[in-house]
Amino acid sequence: MNPTCTALGLDVGAATTKIVAVDPEGSITWHHLEPTEVKIEEQVARVLAQARAAIGPLGGLPLVATGYGRRLVRQATRRVTEITCHARGIFRELGHGGTLVDIGGQDSKVIAIGPRGEVLDFVMNDKCAAGTGRFLENAARRLGVPLERMGTEALAATDEVSISSTCTVFAESEVVSLIAHGVDLGPILRGLHRALVRRIVAMVRTVGLTPPLMLSGGVVRNLAIRQMLEEETGERVVLPRHPQLMGAYGAALLALEDRGRPNG
Amino acid sequence: MNPIASLRYHWNVNLLGRAILRWQRIRAQRRPPRWDTRYLAPPLKVGARMKELVGRHWLAGRYTKGCRKVAWVTSGAPVELLKALDFYVLYPENHAAICGTARVAVEIASEAESAGYSRDLCSYARTDIGAVLSGKTPVGRLPRPDLLLACTNICQTVLYWYRVLAHHFRVPLVLIDTPFVYTEEAAEHAVRYVRRQLEEAVPLLEKAAGKRLNERRLRQAALLSKRASELWLEILQRCRHRPAPISVFDQFVQMAPIVEMRGEPATVDFYATMLREVDERIAGGMGAVRNERKRVLWDNLPIWYRLRYLAEFLARRGVAVVASTYTNAWGELAPLIDPDEPFESMARTYIYPILNRGTGHKLATMKRMVEEYQLNGAILHSDRSCKPYSIGQMDQRDRLIREVGIPALLLEADHNDSRAFAEEQVATRLTAFVEMLGE
Repeated sequence: MNPTCTALGLDVGAATTKIVAVDPEGSITWHHLEPTEVKIEEQVARVLAQARAAIGPLGGLPLVATGYGRRLVRQATRRVTEITCHARGIFRELGHGGTLVDIGGQDSKVIAIGPRGEVLDFVMNDKCAAGTGRFLENAARRLGVPLERMGTEALAATDEVSISSTCTVFAESEVVSLIAHGVDLGPILRGLHRALVRRIVAMVRTVGLTPPLMLSGGVVRNLAIRQMLEEETGERVVLPRHPQLMGAYGAALLALEDRGRPNG
Repeated sequence: MNPIASLRYHWNVNLLGRAILRWQRIRAQRRPPRWDTRYLAPPLKVGARMKELVGRHWLAGRYTKGCRKVAWVTSGAPVELLKALDFYVLYPENHAAICGTARVAVEIASEAESAGYSRDLCSYARTDIGAVLSGKTPVGRLPRPDLLLACTNICQTVLYWYRVLAHHFRVPLVLIDTPFVYTEEAAEHAVRYVRRQLEEAVPLLEKAAGKRLNERRLRQAALLSKRASELWLEILQRCRHRPAPISVFDQFVQMAPIVEMRGEPATVDFYATMLREVDERIAGGMGAVRNERKRVLWDNLPIWYRLRYLAEFLARRGVAVVASTYTNAWGELAPLIDPDEPFESMARTYIYPILNRGTGHKLATMKRMVEEYQLNGAILHSDRSCKPYSIGQMDQRDRLIREVGIPALLLEADHNDSRAFAEEQVATRLTAFVEMLGE
């Protein structure tokens, strides 16, 4: 039997595209995640076809699109920013407000979420990709370490070098020069993670940290980031079950609310 | 004065130019609106008149050679003295803003960058220096200055910028140093210091003008300046009305005369006409944004090359930007101008611009605006070019959120350099901000 689906949320992010289906109670019944491609419109059509295959006809189902590619989702009944969607998703998932750190592919954001799940304030990285997943991706490629192993290798190291540049491109050249000076990989990896986390913590301070501190986005899979974020803020980090799906989940919940609305 | 140059000026500016600009205005009034009228009110009728007025100003500049003395000045300079001495007054900042709206600022600024001026410098300064070095301008031709007058009440960049101009043109630079006002009131000795500088500047200005300062004409210029500023302030305050008859984007477009043509009778007439039109809108219940749901504040300079984009983006979502610390700056000092005490009142007027006061003063201004204009949120443009305006915005934003309880957004861009404007990122932040404002 197909899973129940009452509403859909589609998050076309800079790095990955996620789709979530929810039942009338707002529980996730189906989801799918894949890297975002260049031709977003074609990819969206294909992803929706996959959804159709998994959950049956989509006709008349409300679909809220979010993420950088949201405007390219022609099939959407509404478009909402990832800020509002993340707040909605995480609030439903964890049942409380607080401070959410979402580290995405090209965007990092810190969102202050109120006791009713509303966005109180937010800050996003501006003008540069420092403090985003791209920073680690670039470094991983340059160092020849698989992205999945970056965190564990960093944590395994006892020493740490300081990476002064938070710029994704300049950090790369800094790493090259450290390697040329014979510095071991482990301490460099630790330093890279530290640079990213400090950049994030600066954003957290801008918004102001109201516990609990929650974390979402693809970078959550990296253990070192989680641990260092706890070290730097002194707060325990709370994780949702599906950290990468919070935007799409929030979008699906908003779609669920749209049922019965005109045009929705 | 050269009689042939005088004749040429009169013919080209007062006869031929006036007729052509009038004809252009009538044509412009018939043209369909460029901004999306599904979400925005039709353009102000007075807009075509503003273009005519400003067009005449720049046209006059082209024919000053041999018949009028030219002064280049900063936006916060004591222009009344120059008007009384018959100078043709040119504002490089305004010229740069015209380059910004015409989307040629980056090309012109690049000329300055190629000559070694850093991209970290103010984009107005780069646009101006680039225009001087290359001769590129959308206004035809910039007249060579006979005198430069810089006042430090807007920033310290003008100090170096005008030294560059003085070196380039080999003309005298008169500098009016206005001490920063840290407290609620400027110290008396600071006011005296500015007054003395103004008095000491007179012989230098007279020498460059080739004539003596006439007290009656100075009082007249101060009176015209005061009257125009009062009208401007009245126009801005009409936006307390719901729906607001004009938006801050309209104010940005219509503010050129109050900045660059203060002290002229035509400017007073223009704003009197504008006030009448604004009142007509109020009487007819017309709002600048057709479906005004939320009202917000704008802090800092406009993003000149994206005015229409931002106006339409927000209007489509029912958001009207109705108050701004920037446009207010040309009205709030009107009460200080006293035509009977020109030197004393100029000293006070030109020491008190918002950028010459503490960040706490700006916060207090914003808080007052939130109340007076019944605002639901604030957009603080963090302007890469304008450091004095942008410093303190992080705290001002936090305190607006905490102490006033409204959402506030810091929007990173630049007033003239479109390379510092990332449309996709701006759109996401603005949309999220509008979502925070609620239904």
